[in-house]
Order: sequence, then C-alpha cells, then structure tokens
Amino acid sequence: MGLFTRMETVFKSKMNKVLNRMEDPRETLDYSYEKQLELLQNVKRGVAEVTTSKKRLQLQRAKLVLSNEKLGQQAKEAVAANREDLARMALERKAAIQQQVDGIDREILELEKQEEKLIASEKRLSTKVEIFRTKKESIKAQYSAAEAQVKINESVTGIGEEMADVGLALDRAENKTEEMKARAEAIDDLMEAGALDDLTDSRDGIERELAKISTQSSVESELAKLKAEAGKGPEKAKTGVESTGPEEGKEV
Amino acid sequence: MIIRIMGEGQYRAPEALCNELNKIDNKIVALVAEGNAREFRTEFMKLISEIKGKGEALGVEEFLESDIIVPPEDLSFEEAKAIFTGDGIIED
Repeated sequence: MGLFTRMETVFKSKMNKVLNRMEDPRETLDYSYEKQLELLQNVKRGVAEVTTSKKRLQLQRAKLVLSNEKLGQQAKEAVAANREDLARMALERKAAIQQQVDGIDREILELEKQEEKLIASEKRLSTKVEIFRTKKESIKAQYSAAEAQVKINESVTGIGEEMADVGLALDRAENKTEEMKARAEAIDDLMEAGALDDLTDSRDGIERELAKISTQSSVESELAKLKAEAGKGPEKAKTGVESTGPEEGKEV
Repeated sequence: MIIRIMGEGQYRAPEALCNELNKIDNKIVALVAEGNAREFRTEFMKLISEIKGKGEALGVEEFLESDIIVPPEDLSFEEAKAIFTGDGIIED
C-alpha cells in the first residue's frame, strides 16, 4: 500500500525516535497528543490555503468573463460595420478565453472537493483528538506500568493511523493547491502578455479599428451637415454607421 | 475486518464482504496491468461504494488499527500502478 505505508512509516519512525527516549510511558501519551494538535493546526492552514487558491481562480474567471463579454460586443460592432475580419478576430479571441474559463471551472470544482474532504477529515480528527485527551488523562490517573503500556500502545497506534490518513489528505490538498497556483500564474502571465486581452486598453487591433470607423462616420455626417447648411450640395446629413467611407481593409 | 477508506474514515466489514472486495481488488490489479484506465476507474469506484454500502461505519470514539487500507477516491491511474500490484490491497 505504497502511499499510505510511506506516510505511516514517516509518522511512526518520528514517533518511535522520541518514544524510545522517554522513560515514563505516560510521556508517550502527552507527546502523541501534542503531535495531534500540531497536525490539526496544519490541517487548518491547509484548508485556508485551498480556499485562497480557489478565490484566486474565481477572480481570474471573473476577469476573463468580462473580457469575453467585451469581445462579444466588439464582434457585434464589427459585423455592423461590415468588418468581418475584425469580427472573426474578436470571436477567435473569445473562443480562446472561453477555453480558459472552462478549464478554470473544472479546477474550481476539484478544489472544492479537496476543501470539503479536508474539512471533513479535520472534523473527524478533531473529535478523535478530544476523545484521546480524555482517554490519556484517565490512563495516566490509573497508571500501573504493566497494563497501562498496552492501553497506551492501543490508543497511540489507533490515533496514529488517523493522523497518517489526515496527514496524507493534507499533502494531497497542498499538491493540488501548488498545481493551481502554477496554473493561476500562467494565466496571469498570459493576461500580462496580452494574449488574453480584450484589446480594450491597447491602441491597436479591434478596438482601434472600431474607433476609427466610428470617428470616420461621425466626421462624414458632420461634414454632410456643414455642407447642407452651407447649401453646398444636395446631400442629406448621414448618421451613425450607415456610411463608413471607402475604408480599405487595413492590417490589424 | 476493519477497513479504512483514506480520507473517509473506517468501516467494519463481514467476511462475506471481504471476499467480494477481494474479487474486485484482483480485477483492479489485472486492469491496471493492462493499462485500462477507464475500466479501472469503474471498478475502483465500485470497490469504494461496496464498502460504504455494505460495511458498518466505525464511530469516532473507536481507536482501532485497520486490516485493509483503501486509497482515496481521487486516486490517479498513475498512483494506482504503484498500489494495485501483486495481491492488490487485500491479500489472497
């Protein structure tokens, strides 16, 4: 039983090293209890880490969803402006971001499972630790070396297995959290590099082109209005995006 | 027999159930050896649900060492390769 044996061996060998140095078997009980409390503290920290990791992913997801909405809007505007090339670009980016969102959703689900399991393990161990505390005090109170040694061993090995189990659950949760951190950092890097950017802030690409189209059509309509006022031609004022001028397909 | 499902606590299992579990265990060893990840997952989930459904959950006040330790539900196929070898997790 690879995983567990390894974990249990680590626990037992640590315990045995100390236990062998203890002259009074009752010290074994106190030492074991201290170890249990330490482990419970670590499990609490582990749960907090998983929760933090999950929140970070949720924040990233929210950012990506906003980018997606923006790109959807840009695609619509591009289609309205007869710029299929821009619409295509926006939709391609939107699809790439959607893949990231789907991946994050799966990971959030996985982290939630880890979180639930760890919390349940912590509760179980916490109850056992409390029972152990009462037990150890009762053994110590009735202490007579011959029979107490047996009881002490039973109690310590029984809860030792529980500790090993929870310790391993904690290890697995920590590994998962590390993986998620790495994944979150990778997404942050992509965002910083602009690979998942909706191009709202950058002055190139879709947003710039759409802004140009909108500027051109407002210039055209303004011009038409001025001409009409000056009686310089029969045109009626044009509005909005219905005329975009002889816009050439430009490199984006 | 006392069985621990890692991360989920301990169960008391009657002899008949242990025999059933041993059959599933041996099947899992064969599937892992074949590299059949999908079937492995199905059988492994079956092993766990048999224990939960037919075993009797131990109270937290009991401090007992387990006779059999079953890996956690989220065990990966890679991890399974190191665990389900030879007799598996239940000795024949």
